[in-house]
Amino acid sequence: MLKVTDLHAYYGKSHILQGVNLHVKEGEIVSLLGRNGVGRSTTVNALLGNVECHGSALYKDQEIIGLKPHQISHLGLGIVVENRAIFPTLTVRQNLALGMKKANKFGRWSYDDMFDMFSNLRERADVPAGVLSGGEQQMLTMCRTLMGDPDLIMIDEPTEGLAPKIVTQVGKLLEEIANRGVSILLVEQKLTIALKISSRVYVMGHGQIVYEGTPDELRENEQIRKEWLEV
Amino acid sequence: MIETTIFSLLNGLVYGLLLFMLSSGLTLIFSMMGVLNFAHASFYMLGAYFAYEMSIHIGFWPALILAPIAVGFAGAALERYGLRNVHKYGHVAELVFTFGIAFLIEEVVQFIWGKDQQPYNAPPLLDFPLFTLFNVDFPAYKAFMLFVSIAIFIALLVVLTKTRVGLIIQAAITHPHMVGMLGHNVPLVFMATFGVGTALAGIAGVIAAPVLGTYPGMAFDLGSIIFVVVVFGGLGSLAGAFVASLMIGIVQTFAVSFNIGMPDLLALLGLEFGADHFLVDLWTISLPQIGPLIPYLMLIIMLIFRPLGLFGSREV
Ligand SMILES: Nc1ncnc2c1ncn2[C@@H]1O[C@H](COP(=O)(O)OP(=O)(O)O)[C@@H](O)[C@H]1O
Ligand SMILES: [Mg+2]
Repeated sequence: MLKVTDLHAYYGKSHILQGVNLHVKEGEIVSLLGRNGVGRSTTVNALLGNVECHGSALYKDQEIIGLKPHQISHLGLGIVVENRAIFPTLTVRQNLALGMKKANKFGRWSYDDMFDMFSNLRERADVPAGVLSGGEQQMLTMCRTLMGDPDLIMIDEPTEGLAPKIVTQVGKLLEEIANRGVSILLVEQKLTIALKISSRVYVMGHGQIVYEGTPDELRENEQIRKEWLEV
Repeated sequence: MIETTIFSLLNGLVYGLLLFMLSSGLTLIFSMMGVLNFAHASFYMLGAYFAYEMSIHIGFWPALILAPIAVGFAGAALERYGLRNVHKYGHVAELVFTFGIAFLIEEVVQFIWGKDQQPYNAPPLLDFPLFTLFNVDFPAYKAFMLFVSIAIFIALLVVLTKTRVGLIIQAAITHPHMVGMLGHNVPLVFMATFGVGTALAGIAGVIAAPVLGTYPGMAFDLGSIIFVVVVFGGLGSLAGAFVASLMIGIVQTFAVSFNIGMPDLLALLGLEFGADHFLVDLWTISLPQIGPLIPYLMLIIMLIFRPLGLFGSREV
């Protein structure tokens, strides 16, 4: 479904991604793990056309490097960015509405699906999203992207800075996403959720993929965990 | 006294809402693209000249509609084929570019229409006093300006807060990249905003020129006040632009219509100076004389006490 080959990305003169190769098959949950600053966010941003890059990325057999962000989104590739870029002056409902590519064009997800999963969002549907708590904002960004009905969703550090109770909720949402046949590329630093739900994991270090395997294989590979993951 | 107050308020309202028609577009463009468009008032001038030229051939009313549309297309084209290419060289390049465009438009206007004021006047249909109060006429044309400005203001408010396009614009102001990643065509939104913003300036030009005059310096004259308005109100804040437009419009109108001078103030304090005093020029200054300076004084005071402007959140 997504096949990235020899992806290089640059911020100004610094060469951040140095030949990234990875793929996600249809219906798969794949995690991209690594320490802070190794280039995981740069990878998802390069795929969405936000960073200067070259290389190849085929999504549904179509080259997406060089397309504009909105064109890529229309192919069914969604992203949840790490800094929770909610629209603070708009209400929760309006934020969700802007997730949809056309007015009232629903796909796998409806407003009620979101509100049933997260009753906080229903209660606060008509308040400006800027006043929500960090956890609620994280739910809202994920729901907003889902309203656009992506077939593959890339989620960047959804549990960062959240209380354990909310991390559990994020995990439940990820499972629900997978249940509805949406593939996931999950970017994480912590292993808790990632190892539980993924079918495969990649570990990234210094702008390259340094390890690929199943969660069980990674659990047993103490050397890789020490060198590239543990802080 | 009371009639001067009432008329100054009305005229100030007319002028203030006119300022808002320009400052709202400038603010929208600035908050979305981060570009302070120095050529904004040039589109106001283009509106006036287009309307003048069109009104000769097709009459005032069709020109009132068509001229702003033409100006909007010119603005959209400037964004699409000019600014968008300059964007990658940074904000300074963009500023210099819009500066150059402002001069270019002024030169072109002078080349086509000459340096003289053009006889673009209010249509006969509106050339009558709407009402007379204390023996002073209030022209129907000014009421018409008031009506158009208020209608535009309401339309802008409804579009921005009630329509999907308005929501996309509001979202693009804070997070343009995110809006793009959600599947909305941000470059198109930018171009449309630029087009609508310049069209608003065009409408202002069309309706104001019969009162303020159609001449090559009109862009510069009003443009400098518009910049005072957006900085005073807080760069990027529509609410700030609205309040600042009305304040500066009303204050400036009051200043030119109340003939209060230093001698009156000093007399109140019981002071009097002879006509041969060495500071006589200073003691005899009157309000109408410094009226045009007042917006700049207000701006300086604002920048000293609140550099962000009334409602601003960014440093100038
Ligand atoms: N906007 C930027 N400008 C310049 N350098 C950046 C920018 N964003 C990230 N970087 C650099 O790129 C490298 C990779 O960052 P990132 O992809 O955010 O890492 P991760 O998401 O894995 O923590 C880091 O060294 C970071 O300093
Ligand atoms: Mg990151």
